Amino acid sequence: MWDYTEKVKDHFLNPRNVGEIENADGAGEVGSLACGDALRLTFKLDENKRIKEAKFKTFGCASAIASSSALTEIIKGMTLEEALKVTNQDIANYLGGLPEEKMHCSVMGREALESAIANYRGQKVVKEDFEIVCKCFGVTDREIIKAIRENDLKTVEQVTYYTKAGGGCGQCHPKIEALIETVRREMEKEAPPPKPEKKKLTNIQKIRMIEETLGREIIPALKADGGDLDLIDIEGNKVLVALRGKCSFCPSSEFTLKQYVETKLREFVSDDIEVEEVRP
Amino acid sequence: MAPEVLEVMLPYFSEYYGNPSSMHFFGGQVQKKVDEARAKVADFLGAEPSEVVFTSCGTESDNAAILGTLDSYPEKRHLVTSRVEHPAVGNVSTYLGRKGYRVTELSVDREGRLDLDELKESLTDETALGTIMYANNETGVIFPIEEIGDILKARGIPFHTDGVQAAGKIPLNMKKSKVDMLSISGHKLHAPKGIGVLYIRKGTRFSPFMIGGHQEKGRRGGTENVPYIIGLGKACELAKKHLDEENTKIKALRDYLEAKLLEKIPNTLVNGDRVHRLPNTVSVSFEYVEGESILLLLSDLGICASSGSACTSGSLEPSHVLRAMGVPFTAAHGSIRFSLSIYNTKEEMDYIIEHLPPIIQRLRDISPFWKDYLKAQKKG
Repeated sequence: MWDYTEKVKDHFLNPRNVGEIENADGAGEVGSLACGDALRLTFKLDENKRIKEAKFKTFGCASAIASSSALTEIIKGMTLEEALKVTNQDIANYLGGLPEEKMHCSVMGREALESAIANYRGQKVVKEDFEIVCKCFGVTDREIIKAIRENDLKTVEQVTYYTKAGGGCGQCHPKIEALIETVRREMEKEAPPPKPEKKKLTNIQKIRMIEETLGREIIPALKADGGDLDLIDIEGNKVLVALRGKCSFCPSSEFTLKQYVETKLREFVSDDIEVEEVRP
Repeated sequence: MAPEVLEVMLPYFSEYYGNPSSMHFFGGQVQKKVDEARAKVADFLGAEPSEVVFTSCGTESDNAAILGTLDSYPEKRHLVTSRVEHPAVGNVSTYLGRKGYRVTELSVDREGRLDLDELKESLTDETALGTIMYANNETGVIFPIEEIGDILKARGIPFHTDGVQAAGKIPLNMKKSKVDMLSISGHKLHAPKGIGVLYIRKGTRFSPFMIGGHQEKGRRGGTENVPYIIGLGKACELAKKHLDEENTKIKALRDYLEAKLLEKIPNTLVNGDRVHRLPNTVSVSFEYVEGESILLLLSDLGICASSGSACTSGSLEPSHVLRAMGVPFTAAHGSIRFSLSIYNTKEEMDYIIEHLPPIIQRLRDISPFWKDYLKAQKKG
């Protein structure tokens, strides 16, 4: 049996907002009897164009019913722009998480919402504009790409968990794999480049940088608190210092050395620096 | 598990821990008990004790029968099976298909029945084995095992049947049967999980699947799981005693439950041949609702059933059995199965009959398709 959260069980056993709104402003339906789950979402707007009422009818397992119930609760009071920003992850989070194999239930919720809003706006979500990758469950490349991006998916199995694509005959697995590769390559390009690695320093460079950092970043701060510090020696990565002024008898001097001096030196000079105090 | 079974097992975890393979008296004592258990299993199956091989479970028995037979006929590269086998056979066939074997999967009709002409036509001189289950684990439909045996015998093809679901539910008598190999599993007989048997008819060509010591006359290496073997012996003795009850009392309970559910819940279908069926099993589909939801609501009331729906197993499609039978998709996702045993009572059936109809109604009220269906009905 699935390990559902209490929140999922609650929304399954006591679903909120079940039904269909007569003369709804927007109505959307995704899924089918053949697919094993389906969701029909209807909503009505108030005078400020916020979602006043949202109702659902769902055919499916416990997590599908709970996801639908959660969705209607989440979007109530939202503008359509706000509602369109709701992701499947938001639905899952609202429920305290879903088993990964059941994430497609949350995706179904998001898709029904999109479809209902498009219906209100007089747009049509035309499946034909996109390539149907998974013929068993009628999943398009657009839906798969969206799920990969929004949920940072890495494997075909995950894509199946989130979209159902590939969960039938399995013939589309190579296509899904290719989509994952393309999308992930795009995602990497878009991501900010990682910080350049600190260059390997010569001893002289290192000593100079330590002195600079002490003078610029560290000593002024210690002086502000009535303390001071002298650089005694540098042995490899070990920086030997003597604490002066108030620091020399401060009970938290050890903390200052490790948490402040060492951290600063690691940040500006090298990751492997260790600071040690030499007592006179 | 039956309390009587546990009772006979316990001493073999503590006092009698000797290894039956040892020469000393301590092992010999245990060997004697293993022999007694083997005799009980043989008696239950209508077999010779020497034809009984203990394994670790039904799946191992199936694997051993199929792979052990193919290994004995290396020149034959064809296998006949059905589309509705348990994964313990079905996935072995798929594996063999990948390994270059030709596999014929016989289809079933809407009632889950085989077409024996299709079987006849599929057989060739290349056919190494027929492996066709005795009774289906989801629907309880019983296949005409002896007729299948006749057809295979006429071509000299060995016949294995997965009898896990059938054993203890219907009488088995290997002496009068055409079956060459039969798998059974302990837990279906109220013995513990983790013990099984492969019956191998004397004279059947067989290479061991589990290669090791001389145990089980070299047909299955590995130290005997003594307490479980003793437990299974007792369970077979009880199963033989209860067989009549299975076919009278339990069948009556099942028929009562089935009739009441059909009467009280509209758009309910019984899956599978209702005549040739195990006396304890009923698979029902409720249209326009989904099985996992039904099971969870039942489980909330302390009622345990199982489901052929996709969502319970984590797969996305309904069970291969229901699909093979062509159960309409309005119903395939909403199927559940009740398996009764001698431990069930009429009060329990009444409890289900009282609580299941409102559960189905509740889920139908949430389902978008139920109202559509009712509207369409009205329009005619």
